[in-house]
Amino acid sequence: MGYDALRVFSVFSPESWIHMVTRDRILTCLAAAGFLVFLWYADSNFSEYSIRILNNIAIFIVVAVSYNLINGITGQFSLQPNAFLAVGAYTAAILTLTPEEKLRSFILEPLIWPLSDISLSFPVSLLAAGVVTALVAFLLAVPVFRVRGDYLAIVTLGFGEVLQVIANNLVPVTNGPLGLKGLTPYTNLWWSWGICILTIFCTVRLVNSSYGRAMKAIREDETAAQAMGIDAFRTKTLAFVFSAFFEGIAGGLLAHLITTISPSLFTFMLTFNLLIMIVIGGLGSTTGAVIGAALITWGGEVLRFVEEPISLFGYYYEGIPGMRMVIFSALLIFVMLFARSGIMGRNEFSWQSLIDLVNKVVGRLRGGA
Amino acid sequence: MKIPLLNAEKLSVVFGGLSALNGLDFQIPVGEIVGLIGPNGAGKTTAFNAITGIAKVTRGRVLFEGRDITGWPTSKVARTGIARTFQNIRLYEDLTVIENVMVASHTSVRYSPVEAILGIGRVYADERRIRHRAESLLETMGLIDTAGDKAGSLPYGSQRKLEVARALALEPALLLLDEPVAGMNPRETIEFGALLRKIRKDLNLTIGLIEHDMGFVMDICTRIRVIDHGIPIAWGTPKEIQNDPKVIAAYLGEG
Ligand SMILES: Nc1ncnc2c1ncn2[C@@H]1O[C@H](COP(=O)(O)OP(=O)(O)OP(=O)(O)O)[C@@H](O)[C@H]1O
Ligand SMILES: [Mg+2]
Repeated sequence: MGYDALRVFSVFSPESWIHMVTRDRILTCLAAAGFLVFLWYADSNFSEYSIRILNNIAIFIVVAVSYNLINGITGQFSLQPNAFLAVGAYTAAILTLTPEEKLRSFILEPLIWPLSDISLSFPVSLLAAGVVTALVAFLLAVPVFRVRGDYLAIVTLGFGEVLQVIANNLVPVTNGPLGLKGLTPYTNLWWSWGICILTIFCTVRLVNSSYGRAMKAIREDETAAQAMGIDAFRTKTLAFVFSAFFEGIAGGLLAHLITTISPSLFTFMLTFNLLIMIVIGGLGSTTGAVIGAALITWGGEVLRFVEEPISLFGYYYEGIPGMRMVIFSALLIFVMLFARSGIMGRNEFSWQSLIDLVNKVVGRLRGGA
Repeated sequence: MKIPLLNAEKLSVVFGGLSALNGLDFQIPVGEIVGLIGPNGAGKTTAFNAITGIAKVTRGRVLFEGRDITGWPTSKVARTGIARTFQNIRLYEDLTVIENVMVASHTSVRYSPVEAILGIGRVYADERRIRHRAESLLETMGLIDTAGDKAGSLPYGSQRKLEVARALALEPALLLLDEPVAGMNPRETIEFGALLRKIRKDLNLTIGLIEHDMGFVMDICTRIRVIDHGIPIAWGTPKEIQNDPKVIAAYLGEG
């Protein structure tokens, strides 16, 4: 810690490193308390629409942060989110529905036993969604990472497509194209943001550990990482399975937020959206993933108007469905061409950098006045 | 006679028709610094790559501490005690200098990912140990002042030293250096030689060394193997090598 302490020491005030840690802890606690108050206020005062957006933001942060772990931190290009969200959503939904609800929903063919008789609580179902998705990820990882992971993108992409077919045709489990309806809307601000914060916490801890360093070393130079004794297969598998676990849980949250799921919800477009989020936020930065997810989810709502008819100054605009996706794609291309490191680059949030930023802005304003 | 720490027997590597290495016999006795020299394209780097599992061995075997490690995956070779540096510097450029070194201590980590996330068990003790070890290695290599800088931002000579520091963090029995003083000026080269001798003694290391700087090689190596076009042509002490007509011919033929 010695040199860290010295560096921080030199750029900030004559306090000891311990003071810095204490200050950061206090700031973190204050921010957390402030956020709790905000959630509590939002929960009872915001419109249903706003609350839904807040929930969406939390869920997409979960997915973006875990997706960034394999894509940005470990550097293995993967196209998994739609597939893993689907696995998680279906798992959780099938588990929370009561036997009577299942009987009513599955009109084409009844749900196979024993799934038809099972009914679990929401938290247990979420956990199961995470575990099942992690297991699926493990089964995919073994063959892919055994032969140097270059096929990961193709395999995950293909897996997503195969899942579409399965979801549409394995009627006794998924209810086919009809999907699963009438789920209880368990997902509220507490659940979504609770799990969001838990995901960020776990990811940051992992990334800052020796395992995280090993992941980054693989991203930087896989052969050199192996030459330092790092088992690339294990490390990549760890990153992939870890991210799948949280994506599965996010799928469960999503299902119980929108209360109706069907195969059409989990197309490749979903993955494309996630990719835009992590690239715009800054590939390799957890902070960037959070910002990207929040920005794109919120921006998607704000930009809704471009797909709706409006008349402005006597002009009538019909609105073009899918226009938002065009805007986001253009944004992605722009970032890829002119601002490759996105908003955060590979930097992470720290209180010190925030304080420095505020000082700088204040200094500018003073200087300008 | 004691068995050598590393013993490559009749090692051959073929790259799609091109025979890069042809029947190399190469021994590194415990505690020595053995040089591997030869003209450009002679197959020196290929020999190190074959030993460390980066290049596929076509024929022959590699014995380390008497154990056959031929064809082992690179990471397993590293964990068994062979660390190396790269001729074309291969650092983790976007990580900091100290992180580069800490990566090589990953194999000594005793905590699980779950413990890392929960912050329990040996996490803090291990992280402290790894960081201290990295700091002391950086201190040794004279890089401690740059510990927080991005590895990619270091000047060339420092990057070479960082490669050595990183390799040492593996706590290897055998250190393979591929042109460690390439790009260094004469003063840096002399300093590096002294440092290498000190490290060898302090850490009880055995070293294999590829280098074009003949002054450096003759000065530091206890024994030298010469190869040309993948074929071993001489083996002996620096003095014997310098006077070997085959060696002189190989080097003159090149120029
Ligand atoms: N991965 C590879 N695939 C194909 N050919 C290779 C590969 N690596 C090396 N070679 C070839 O094998 C031969 C030996 O190369 P090597 O790098 O081992 O030489 P070297 O003795 O280290 O030379 P230098 O002193 O220039 O570093 C060269 O002809 C080289 O082009
Ligand atoms: Mg070479």
